[in-house]
This record gives sequence, C-alpha cells and structure tokens, in this order.
Amino acid sequence: MSRVIFFIGEGLRALRRGAAPSLAAIVTVAITILLLGVLIPILQTTGGKANEVRDQVDVRVFLYDDATQSETDTLETNIQQIPHVESVDYVSKQQALQNLRDRLDDPALVDQLPGHRNPLPASFEIQPDDIDNLGTITSALQPPGQNGDPEPISPAIEEVLDSRDDATAIASVSSTVKIFMLVIAALLITASLLLVGNTIRLSIYARRTEVEVMRLVGATNWFIRWPFMVEGLVCGLIGGMVAIGALLLGKVTIVDPLADSITLLSAQKTTTIAFPALMLILLAAATVVSALGSGFTLRRFLKV
Amino acid sequence: MARSDTSTRRRLRGRAAERRPEHLTERRAKPPIIELRHATKIFPGGHVALERVSLRVDRGEFVFLVGPTGCGKSTLIKMLIRELAPTEGEVLIAGRDIATISNKKIPQLRRRIGTVFQDFKLLDSRNVYDNVAYALQVIGASRSEIRSKVPDALRLVGLGDKINNFPDQLSGGEQQRLSIARAFVNHPPLLLADEPTGNLDPETSIGIMQLLYRINRTGTTVLVVTHDREMVDKMRRRVIGLADGRVVRDQSAGMYSDDENTTEFGLRLRDEMGLEE
Repeated sequence: MSRVIFFIGEGLRALRRGAAPSLAAIVTVAITILLLGVLIPILQTTGGKANEVRDQVDVRVFLYDDATQSETDTLETNIQQIPHVESVDYVSKQQALQNLRDRLDDPALVDQLPGHRNPLPASFEIQPDDIDNLGTITSALQPPGQNGDPEPISPAIEEVLDSRDDATAIASVSSTVKIFMLVIAALLITASLLLVGNTIRLSIYARRTEVEVMRLVGATNWFIRWPFMVEGLVCGLIGGMVAIGALLLGKVTIVDPLADSITLLSAQKTTTIAFPALMLILLAAATVVSALGSGFTLRRFLKV
Repeated sequence: MARSDTSTRRRLRGRAAERRPEHLTERRAKPPIIELRHATKIFPGGHVALERVSLRVDRGEFVFLVGPTGCGKSTLIKMLIRELAPTEGEVLIAGRDIATISNKKIPQLRRRIGTVFQDFKLLDSRNVYDNVAYALQVIGASRSEIRSKVPDALRLVGLGDKINNFPDQLSGGEQQRLSIARAFVNHPPLLLADEPTGNLDPETSIGIMQLLYRINRTGTTVLVVTHDREMVDKMRRRVIGLADGRVVRDQSAGMYSDDENTTEFGLRLRDEMGLEE
C-alpha cells in the first residue's frame, strides 16, 4: 500500500517538475479527444440516416376500385405467404385520403377535389425483411406470364410499385459518406495515437538520465515504470476532462438549440449512444492510452 | 508485489550472508568478490575492447584500475554490473557467474554493487536527502530505515548540513560525495568508482580518495578506475593496469600497510602530491 502511495507521489512530483512536456501531452490528448468527440456523433448520425432510409423502403400494391372484398382478402393471404415478407398493411381508399390530408400543409385542399370524389386507390404496403429482397417480392407478385410480361397474381391488382430505386440511390450515397467518415476516423485515431505516443516519448527522453540512474541503483523495471504510468494517466485524465468540458459546452450552446429545427441533428437523439456514455468512453480511452503509452515507450530505456 | 519483493530480498540476503565474510580472517576461504576468467569483449563491428582479461579481487581490497582512455576500463566496469555481457569468458561476482543471473534478477545484483561515476549521475529533480533515499526506496526499505540510514550516509561523506540542497547547488566535489553516499547507503559489499575524480581539482580529488579509503576500511571492496597513473602510483594501493584491452600490470600487496588510518592516508597523499594541508 505504501508502495502505491510512493508511486503516485513520484508520478505527481514528476508532473510538477516537468511541467512543459506534461502540458504538451495534456494539450495533445485534449485536442485529439475533442476531434473524436465531434467526429463520432457525426459518424453515428450518418449511419443512423442510412438505416432510416432502409426502413422506409417498401413494396406497394395498388388495387382497382372495383376489386371485391373476397378478392382483396385472398390477395392479402397470398401476399403473407410470399417469402421475405415481413408485414402487410391494408390501406383503404378512405385511409389513403386521410394520409394525404395529414401530409398536406393545407388539409382543405382535399375537400376541393372535383366532385368530392376520392381519386386514391386502396393498396397493400408490404415491408420486406431486408432491402435486398424487394425484387423477389415484386416478381412474386407479378410473375412473368406466357408472353414474358409481368402478370399480377390477382385480378384486383392494378399496379405494383417498389421504392427500390430511390432507396438504393440514397443508401449508396449514405454508405459512401459512411465509408468516407470511417476512413477519416481511422486516420484521425491513428494520428492521435502516434501524436500521443510521440509526446510521451519526448517527455521520457528528456528524463532518460534519470531512468539510467534508477537502473544503476537497482530499481526494477516496474519500479521505474509505475511513476511514469501514473504521470501518463494523470495527463490523459486532465486532457480528457478539458476536451469533454469543451464538448459539453459546445453541445449545450450550439448543438442543442439547433437540434429542434434541424432533422439531421435531432436524428442523433434516437440513433446514437448517449452523450454521457460517449464522454465516459473517450475519457477512459484518453487515460488508458496515455498510461499504457508511457509504460510502453519506457521499454526501450529499460533494456538490461 | 511488495510481498514477493520482500521474499526475494530475504532469499538474497540469506545467500549474501553465506558468502560475506564475517571476519577478515575468513577472507581467504571465501570466493573473490570479483573474478574475471579470460573475459573478452568484442563490440559489433569488430572492435576488441577487452581481450582475455583474467583477474581476481578479494574482499576488502582497495584496487585501482588504470590505463589510457579507450583501454577498456569502462567496458570492464559495465561488465561487472552487467550493462554489457562478455563475448567470451566469465565474469564472477562473489563466486557467481553473472551471465547466469536472469534479467529479472539484475536489479538485485546492482543493489549489492555501489557505483560512482565521473559525471555523478545524480537525480537533478531531487534534493540531497531524496537522492540518497531513492537508493533505499528501490529496495523497498521501510520509512524508518530510510530515516536512520540516509543521515548516516550523508554525515559520512560530509554533507550532513546540506540535505535540502539540490544537486545543481553543490560544488563538483560535493556532488561526487553525494553520489558516493548514494552508492554506499546500502552498505554494498562492492563499490565501483569510474573516474570518480575525473572532473575534480587535485585537492578535491584527494578528499574523494580519502572518502573511498574510509569506506574501504569498513570492509567494502573498492575498485577505482582512473587514467591518472601518477596519482595512483603515489597512493601505494594495488594497481591493475590495462592497455589495449589487456592486463599489462598487476602490482599487489606488500607496498603499503593495511592499517594506515584515513587521516594518515590523506596526509601522505597531500604530501606526495605536493599539496599543503
């Protein structure tokens, strides 16, 4: 126990004495964590958006107005039996009109339809279990007939539409963005590890004679290493806390007021890990990387 | 961790006790504290620093190792604390071939050998007291042990009233005394001094030599490396001369009396060096 106190004391003493290298390490850690703290939520938001788009993809089967109730019921059962169909929703003509009314800024427009007739067809909305199975479902609904043209499986079907084209376009854009962001994140993490490692190496190099003396009087490698690791840990902790303070400030003053008006930002609330958890992870990473970095960098000075 | 350290130390202490002479009369029966058997060191690139060097230093001896710069003196010192391993041959400390010591146990070897260097190698960020205390802290000494041993060591070297000074506030001679206090605070059976007076003026050098002699009189074997042949010749101690990596001279006993006390030693030195008291 007294030994633990000794190591902590030694580490803190080194921090006080070698203020300049320690400050450099703290600033490096703070900047790195700040960048990661900004980048990770953005990355997650992009990913979240792409998933949202995938969820919106479906197949719509529009029905003739004169389709009978029994034709409709049979069709619904048939659709449910098609593989890869996750769910089927029947949308009646009235519901379709209501949906339209809800989506319009001025619902009164619906009432101005000529002759107060409802021009919208009834439909089935089919959710596939996966976006890639859209085509299978579509062709199951209208398999090619004798002359090669698609023929609907029921006389009630007027048209089959799927939103694949839109969806794949959006999805491919968002996945490109995602890959791009991942590459940037990977580069940034690599750069920060190298930067932190280099800063630690410099501060240890400045004290290599001290390490040499410690070895001469018979200090074991761990006895030399622990104070350096305590020092790295404290640097990482302080740097991490500075960065997280800045991030919190940025979140409260800039992001939160905007979140209500910008959908990209509000999406973050539902799709990303909680902000406090992210901050804790970053803080832990800063601390652990700095401490281990110090211990690891010392290796070259500790050869017997 | 603390516990395993303690037990290791206890085992070492036990082993040391077997070998360390309790009385001077037992000296002959024990293995020599330093023994080199045909030790050769060839550096990568082919430079031969030491060539088949064989020598013995018995417990309690005061030995000078002399020779011009580049003759292999420092290499020899480094081999004794296993900073370097011999390319061929054996280096034995207290009868044990140190090549057989595992890397993990090297610190234990170094704790039993005090080392003093020309450039002092002090911890600049610690004051005089803490520099000496550090050598005890690394071996896991208790706080009360540190509190009693450090002032003793500092008084021995004459720095009892400078415990709060930092190394850069001390003169060269005082810094060397401090490094001797650190080397000796454990009471190691062997003290190696590599050019301890290399940076010091003659008067200060004599003080340092006198101090090393005093330490030797407590039973510690002292090996002093120097290139100052003239001064050594006047001291009348055993002298081992190295040149081009080979032993060219080994003049031992008989030239000096064993029981000359420290003051007499200092007076004679000053006299022979032509210095006034």
